[in-house]
Amino acid sequence: MSQTQTPAAVGSGTPAPAREVAPVAGRPAAAPVVEMQGISIAFGGVPALDDVALRLYPGEVHALMGENGAGKSTLIKALTGVYAVDAGTIVVDGREESFTSPAASQAAGISTVYQEVNLCTNLTVAENMLLGREPRRFGGIHTRAMNRRARATLDRLGLDIDPASVLGRHPIAVQQLVAIARAVDVEARVLILDEPTSSLDADEVARLFTVMRTLRDQGTAIVFVSHFLDQVFEISDRLTVLRNGRLVGERMVAETSQLELVKLMLGRELATLEELDREVAETDLVDRTATPVLQVLGLGRKGSLQATDLSVYEGEVVGVAGLLGSGRTELARLLFGADTADTGEIEVHGTSRRFRSPRHAIDRRLAFSSENRRAEGVIEDLSVADNMLLAMQASRGWLRPIPAAQRQALVSKYVEALDIRPANPDATMRNLSGGNQQKVLLARWLLTEPELLVLDEPTRGIDVGAKAQIQQLVADLARRGMAVVFISAELEEVLRLSDRLVVMRERRKIDERLNDDVSVSDVLELIAGQERPTDQERPTPQEAPRG
Amino acid sequence: MSAATTTPSGTTGPTTWERLRGWSPPSQYLPVIATAVVFVSLFGAGGVRYEGFATPEVALNLLVDNAFLIVLAVGMTFVILTGGIDLSVGSVVALSTMIAARTLEAGWAPGLAVAAVLLTGTVLGLLMGLVIHYFDIQPFIATLAGMFLARGLCYLIGVESIPIRDETFFSVAAASVPLPGGYSTTPTALVALGTVVVAAWVLHRTRFGRTVYAIGGSQSSALLMGLRVASTKVGVYAISGFCASLAGLLFSLYMLSGYSLHAVGMELDAIAAVVIGGTLLTGGRGLVVGSLLGVLVLGTIQTFISFDGTLSSWWTKITIGVLLLLFVVVQRLITRRQP
Amino acid sequence: MAETPARLALLRRHPLLWPVVALVALLAINVVANPGFLSLRMQDGHLYGNLVDIARNGAPVLLVALGMTLVIATRGIDLSVGAVAAISGAVACVYIAGAPDGGSVGTAIVACSLALATCVALGLWNGFLVSVLGIQPIIATLVLMTAGRGLAMLVTDGQITTVNNSTFAGLGVGFVATLPIAILVALGVFALTALVVRRTALGMLIEAVGINPEASRLAGVRARTIIWTVYVFAALCAGLAGLMIAGNTSAADANNAGLWIELDAILAVVIGGTSLAGGRFSLAGTLVGALFIQTLATTIPNLGIPAQTNYLFKAVVVILVCLLQSPRVRHALRVRRRTLPMTAKAGVA
Repeated sequence: MSQTQTPAAVGSGTPAPAREVAPVAGRPAAAPVVEMQGISIAFGGVPALDDVALRLYPGEVHALMGENGAGKSTLIKALTGVYAVDAGTIVVDGREESFTSPAASQAAGISTVYQEVNLCTNLTVAENMLLGREPRRFGGIHTRAMNRRARATLDRLGLDIDPASVLGRHPIAVQQLVAIARAVDVEARVLILDEPTSSLDADEVARLFTVMRTLRDQGTAIVFVSHFLDQVFEISDRLTVLRNGRLVGERMVAETSQLELVKLMLGRELATLEELDREVAETDLVDRTATPVLQVLGLGRKGSLQATDLSVYEGEVVGVAGLLGSGRTELARLLFGADTADTGEIEVHGTSRRFRSPRHAIDRRLAFSSENRRAEGVIEDLSVADNMLLAMQASRGWLRPIPAAQRQALVSKYVEALDIRPANPDATMRNLSGGNQQKVLLARWLLTEPELLVLDEPTRGIDVGAKAQIQQLVADLARRGMAVVFISAELEEVLRLSDRLVVMRERRKIDERLNDDVSVSDVLELIAGQERPTDQERPTPQEAPRG
Repeated sequence: MSAATTTPSGTTGPTTWERLRGWSPPSQYLPVIATAVVFVSLFGAGGVRYEGFATPEVALNLLVDNAFLIVLAVGMTFVILTGGIDLSVGSVVALSTMIAARTLEAGWAPGLAVAAVLLTGTVLGLLMGLVIHYFDIQPFIATLAGMFLARGLCYLIGVESIPIRDETFFSVAAASVPLPGGYSTTPTALVALGTVVVAAWVLHRTRFGRTVYAIGGSQSSALLMGLRVASTKVGVYAISGFCASLAGLLFSLYMLSGYSLHAVGMELDAIAAVVIGGTLLTGGRGLVVGSLLGVLVLGTIQTFISFDGTLSSWWTKITIGVLLLLFVVVQRLITRRQP
Repeated sequence: MAETPARLALLRRHPLLWPVVALVALLAINVVANPGFLSLRMQDGHLYGNLVDIARNGAPVLLVALGMTLVIATRGIDLSVGAVAAISGAVACVYIAGAPDGGSVGTAIVACSLALATCVALGLWNGFLVSVLGIQPIIATLVLMTAGRGLAMLVTDGQITTVNNSTFAGLGVGFVATLPIAILVALGVFALTALVVRRTALGMLIEAVGINPEASRLAGVRARTIIWTVYVFAALCAGLAGLMIAGNTSAADANNAGLWIELDAILAVVIGGTSLAGGRFSLAGTLVGALFIQTLATTIPNLGIPAQTNYLFKAVVVILVCLLQSPRVRHALRVRRRTLPMTAKAGVA
C-alpha cells in the first residue's frame, strides 16, 4: 500500500486508455465540476476499480448505482482522498488533483455524508456542524454566535432543528440532515451522500429530498448513492452504473427506464460458467403438500423488513432475488435469529418456535452463512480445522470435545469433498483465498447436519472455479433432501439453482413463483417494479430538472 | 504557582447554572445531579446522626483534606472523557513529593522546585500520550508503564521519607484564607477549586475541550470532522500528568514530606471519584463538576466513618465499591437504552 | 541436513522465541555477575538455590497470570485478582484461627475449600457483570478491586490474622519430594489448565470469541458461558495464589497480600506474547513471562542495584514489550528489513 502514491496521471501525454464517455445529449454547456477519467485501483493485486470514469456537473443530482462489490465506495473514496488511485486523473474545476487525504479533498470543496452518521452524538447540533471552524470570543468558543450561525445554515436548508440540542437526542434522520448541514456549511461544491436513505421512513426521505433539491438549485453537485430505484428516479438527473469494478454506463435518468437500469446493474457476467445441469429445476420432485421444514408468517422488523411469509420444503432450493437493500439479507438474518424479529411467527416442522439468538436456530437444525464473510464468518487467526468444527463444537459445548480421530476424519472428509486448498487442516484461515474460506464456512454448517441452510451471497467475490463448485454442492445437498434458501445478487445463479423463486423489493416480498421457465428478464422486470412485462412505459416521477 | 491556577474564577459558573436553572435538566446532567443528590443526602444523614457534622467547618475540611484528590480527579476526567485511563497518577503524586522534598533539601528556590515538579509530571504525561497515540498502545498498559516508571524514579531519588523544611512551603501549608462569616480555608483548597474552574472552562469553551468530548463520542467521527485528534489525545495525558504533579505539590504541602510510598493506589480513588461523578468510562460524557462532587462524596464517606467511631475503616472501601457499582450499572442501563 | 535451515526458520518464527531469549539473557547476566547463581544444593532432602527461589516466589504470580491469560484471550481483563487473593487468604486464616482444632490437617483442608468456594462466588460476580450486564471488563472488575480489600478486612476484622497450622503453612513454605510445594502446585495448575484448555474445546472457543465475537455468535458459540467460565477460573487461580501467600507468612494481611499482583500478572501475560486485544493465547508464554518477572526481581539485588528500582526495570520491560507488539512498530521494522536487501540489490544493479 505504501507504493500506491503514484502520480495521478501516468505521463500526462498519454491519457490512460480511457473509454471516451460520449457527451450526453441535453447537457448544458457548463463544464463539469469533477471529471474522473480512467480511474484504476487495486488492492493487493486484485482490481477494485478498472478504468472507471465519473463526471459531475454543478447543479445536478447524480446517482451512482451498483451492487455489492461494484466499486461504488472505492470510487467515492478515491474522490474523497481516502484511497490513492493507481491510474487515472481526477480533475476538479479544471485543476488536476491528486488527493492524499480526506482533508485535501474537503479543501477542494468535496464533502461526504456517510450512511452511518459520522458525527458525535454526545455534542450539540451546532458543535457538530461547526466544530473546527467555530466562532470565538475571548479566546474561547462563542457559543451563542456558533448557535446563531448554525441556525442560519439550518434555515437556509429549511430545517427547524434547535442548534443547542444534543445530537444524540434526535432520530437518525435528523442526524443525517445535520451531517448534510455540516457539509453545506463548508461551502461544498460537491456533496456525496452515501446511502443516506437506508434507515429513513417515507416522510424523512421527503424531507431529505427537499434539502437536496434546495442545494441542487443553489448549484451544488450531489452524488446520490442508493439502492432504492424509485428514489433514484425521483431525485436524480443523471446516473452512472458500475459493475464488478467497471463502468457499464452513464445515462440521463429521464431517458432511462428502471428495467434498463436494473439490467445494467445485474447484467450477465462476461465469464460464462459451465452450465449446471438444470435437472433440479426441471424435474421438480419437491413435495409441497408436506409440512414445510420452515414456515414463517408475517416475519418483520422495524426499519429492515416488512412482514413477510415464506415456506421452505424438504429438498427445495428457494432462491431469493432482489437488489442490495431490498431486504434479502434482512430476511435471512431474521430467519436465523441473527437479528430478532419484532413481528411474525416461525414454525419448524410445524412446531412454533422463537429464535432469540442464532443458538436457538441452530438447535432447530438451521444454518446460516452470512454475506459478510470476513466480519461474520471466518475466525481469521484460527486454523481451517478449528473454523470448520466451530459450529459443531459450539453445539456440543466446551466440555464435550470432538475426539481427535473423529475430528481428523471429519475435517479431511470435507477438505477433500469440497476441494479446499491448501488441503492442510492446520493452515491459518486468514491465508486462504475467499473461495476456500467460503468452502470452509459451508463445511462448518454441513457438519451440524442442518435441515435448512440459509446462504447469503455464498459466491460473492470468489473465483469462477470455486463458484461452480459451490453451486454444484448446493444442488447436490437439495437433491439429498436439504432445504436451502439461496440469496444472490446474480440472477443467473439464482435461477439456475432454485426450485422456487422469491423476489424482494423495497424491504418486502413482491413476488413468489415456481421456477419453471422463469427468465432473467422476467425477474429483472419484477425487481425493477414493473408488474406487466409488456408495459414499456416507465413510471416517471421526474420533474423538470432545473430551469 | 502556575499561571493556570491563578486565572480568575467564575467563567464557567453561568453556563452550568444557566442550563441547570432552566427547564427540566437535560439528560447529560442527570448523572451529575445524581451525584449531587448522593452527596447532599450523605451529608444530611451525617448531620442527622452526628452532632456537629453538617457544619460549614466540616464541609470546608472536605475541600482542604481532599484538595489533592480533586486536582487529580480533574486531570483524570480529561483522560476518561476521551475514553482512556491513566493509572500513573498515584505514582506521579509520590514522585512529585519526592522531587519537591529533595530539591528543597538541596537548597533550590521554592519556585524552581515547583517548576521542576510540574515540568516532570507534564513531560511524563506527554510521553505516555505520545506512546498511546503514535504506537497505538492501549492507555491501560502504557500508563501502567508510566506508573512503574514514576515509582521507580521515586526510589532512585530516595528510599526513606524526606521531610520538607522549606519556609515558604511551611507558610503556605499553614496559611489560612479568611472567608466571610468567620470561616477560613487553605490556599490548597482554593488551588483545587481554581483547577476545577479552569478545567471546566477549557472543556466547554475551547476547541481543545470540545475535541476531547468529540473523541470520547467517536474518535473516527472526530477525525472525519477534521478535528485535531492526535494533539488532543496526547494533550489530555499531558494535562493529567500536570494535574498529578500539581496534586503532588498539594500533597507535599499536606504531608510536608516526600516519600516513595505516598499515594499508593490513589489512582483508584481518582478513577472512582470520576466515575461516581457521573463521567462515562467509555468517554464522551461527563463534567468536571461531577468529579469534584465525586471526590466530596468519597470525602464525606470517610468523615462519616470517622465521626461514627464504631464503624471500621474498611467500610470506606466497601461503600466506595458499592457506589461505583451503582453508577456503573446505571450508566450501563442508560447507554444500553440509547445506543 | 537440508532440513536444518527450515527448522531454524520455524524456530525463528516461534512466538515463544523472544520471551525465552529474554529470560535466558537475564539468567546469563546473573551468571556473569555471580558465577554461582545457577548452583543448586540439597539440604535436609530439600532443594535450595536461586532457581528454586525464583520458581517458588514466582508461583503466585504464575497462578494469577494463568487465569488472567484466559480472561485476556476473551478480550477481557480482571483487575480484581489481587483483592480476591487477599479475601481468599483472609477467609482461610480466619477459619483456621477460629476452628477448635486449629492445627489439624482437616481444618486446613476445610479452610482452603471454604476460601476457594468464596473465590468461585467472586468470579461468578465478575462474570455476571461482564457477560450478563455487558459492562466493560476493566470497569466491572474495578468494582471488586476497590471493594475487595475492604471485604478482606471485614473478614479479618482489620487485624493481621496469624495462624499456626503446618499443613496450611506448607502451601507457602513446605517441601514435597525435595521441591517446594508452591512450585508443585503452580506447575500442577499450569499442567491441568493446559490439559483442560487444549483437550476440551474450551481453548478453541475462548480464542474464537476473542478473535471474532460476532462470527462466534453466528456460529452458535455460547459466549456468555465461556466468559463466565474464564472469570470464575481467574478468581479460583487468584484464590489459590492468595492461600499460597497467606501460607508463606502463616498470616492474612488484608491490606498487602497480593498487592499489585494483577499488574504483574497482566505483565506476565503480555510478555508471554498474548495480545491484550484478545484472541490467540499461550499458556507456556505466560509461564515464561511469570518466570521472567520473578527473575528480574531477583536479578536487580544480585547485581548490587537497590531492589526498589525493580519498578524502573519493569517500566522499561513494559515499554519494550509494548513497542515490539505494536503493529505500527512491527510494520516499520518489517519494512526496513525488507527494503534493506532491496536497496542492496539496487546498488549491485
